[in-house]
Amino acid sequence: MTLVTSPEAREWWEAAKNRRLLVQSCRTCGHRQHYPRALCLRCGGVDLGWVEASGGGTIYSFTHSHRSPDPAAFEPPYTIAIVTLDEGPRLLTTVTGPGIRCDARVRLEWRAAEGGQNLPIFATEPEEG
Amino acid sequence: MTGREVAVVGVGESELGVTGCSIYQLQTQAARAALEDAGLRMSDVDGLATAGVERFSATAMAEYWGMRPAWVSSTMEGGSSFELMVGAGVDAIRSGRCRVVLISYGSNQRSAASRRLRGMVQPHTPADQYEAPYGVLSPLSLYAMAAQRHFHEYGTTGEQLAEVAAAAREWALLNPKAYRYGAGPITVDDVLSSPMISSPLHLLDCCLVVDGGGAVVLTSLDRARDLPKPPVRVLGCGQSVTHITMAQAPDLTRTGAVESGAAAFAEAGIGPEDVDAAEIYDSFTITVLLTLEALGFCGRGEGGPFVEGGRTRPGGAFPMNTNGGGLSYCHPGMYGVLLLVEAVRQLRGEAGDRQVPDPEIVLAHGTGGVLSSHGTVILGVDR
Repeated sequence: MTLVTSPEAREWWEAAKNRRLLVQSCRTCGHRQHYPRALCLRCGGVDLGWVEASGGGTIYSFTHSHRSPDPAAFEPPYTIAIVTLDEGPRLLTTVTGPGIRCDARVRLEWRAAEGGQNLPIFATEPEEG
Repeated sequence: MTGREVAVVGVGESELGVTGCSIYQLQTQAARAALEDAGLRMSDVDGLATAGVERFSATAMAEYWGMRPAWVSSTMEGGSSFELMVGAGVDAIRSGRCRVVLISYGSNQRSAASRRLRGMVQPHTPADQYEAPYGVLSPLSLYAMAAQRHFHEYGTTGEQLAEVAAAAREWALLNPKAYRYGAGPITVDDVLSSPMISSPLHLLDCCLVVDGGGAVVLTSLDRARDLPKPPVRVLGCGQSVTHITMAQAPDLTRTGAVESGAAAFAEAGIGPEDVDAAEIYDSFTITVLLTLEALGFCGRGEGGPFVEGGRTRPGGAFPMNTNGGGLSYCHPGMYGVLLLVEAVRQLRGEAGDRQVPDPEIVLAHGTGGVLSSHGTVILGVDR
């Protein structure tokens, strides 16, 4: 699948190539947001930079999909999830590993994609006790 | 005040199901049926609202029908488009921009096999950039995740979702135009034993994918009172949008229907307890529970227990989706226009075997996209 890269996300995708997950950060008010935009959603400012995500997060929700838009690329069943990063913003992704459930802790991993690109994905953390 | 009031004066459906018709043919069938119902002609229409034809949908239908409308709307907000068009049409009539608004829709998605699992994500959008690479199914994946979160937060069960589908089927068995009319009842167990599509949603938690169309005619209440059928008054309208990219949903268990419903109830000067029947967008069973909660028919998280015990089935205390819904009657991709058609028929007492006894107020709520766009319309009898 060919990835789409918009100009405001060029640095985000470049970082992903190097397996670094960036979160857009407002230099005026400190608000953090994903996906990258041309303005801050909180203060409306346009002086925007980046912070690197710690890689931790929690599963907001998920689904195991038994239908696929492209079975060669996504063999069912596969998982789609929304993860809340520890930095605050949410992103749509996939989660692997045992114990997938809402509010479970996950860690950042990477999946190789077309053209040397990488996609951020997540894996569940071993449950305590 | 009546000088500023607007009424629905005509409703109609096209052929439904697997029709072999074009979008334009289905639009024409629906529009002619609604205008005949209103006692009006194509030449009386000076306001036209439609979507799902092409990028210039209203202009395209105006051309096809040889119209030069004074006012058009091609508002494209998925399944809620038509509820939003009622609000816009009321404003257009009140302000004198036009006198007779035709709201219409037709889809041949089943005959043309035009529906794609991936959905209609456009290449320049954030959804395409950040979500399509994970194999999302749009809209299915988002509704499945909303259901999963609802289960987690409130203990909602697959059985409670299944009750929505089983109740819809009971109503469809009373509606000769329903796709599942004559298909026999389904049980909660039937829904739960149907194939898993996107957990926790099973096949029978998902709406039909068929052809269909519908149309609604609006005019001033003053003029409506001179037309053959009893007017159905537009008492209140509300709209709300929250997101279009899945991960941008602010809250998977609290939809924009909270705001659209509050606005519509405020304009109508009534509350949820005054509603005699509800036509609630049912793209998926979870859509219904979320919408019932958001509109205030029950408390947040209480949608599952609310529908239990046959409350929404024929003869139940809360008549809902009385045509059989998108789950068992017809879902032509953007179902919202058919909610309005059914609401009007119920208020006029024209609903045959599925008629609710003497309703005075019926609510229609359309949901578009991935719980993205919401339109609430409250309709009432003229007395």
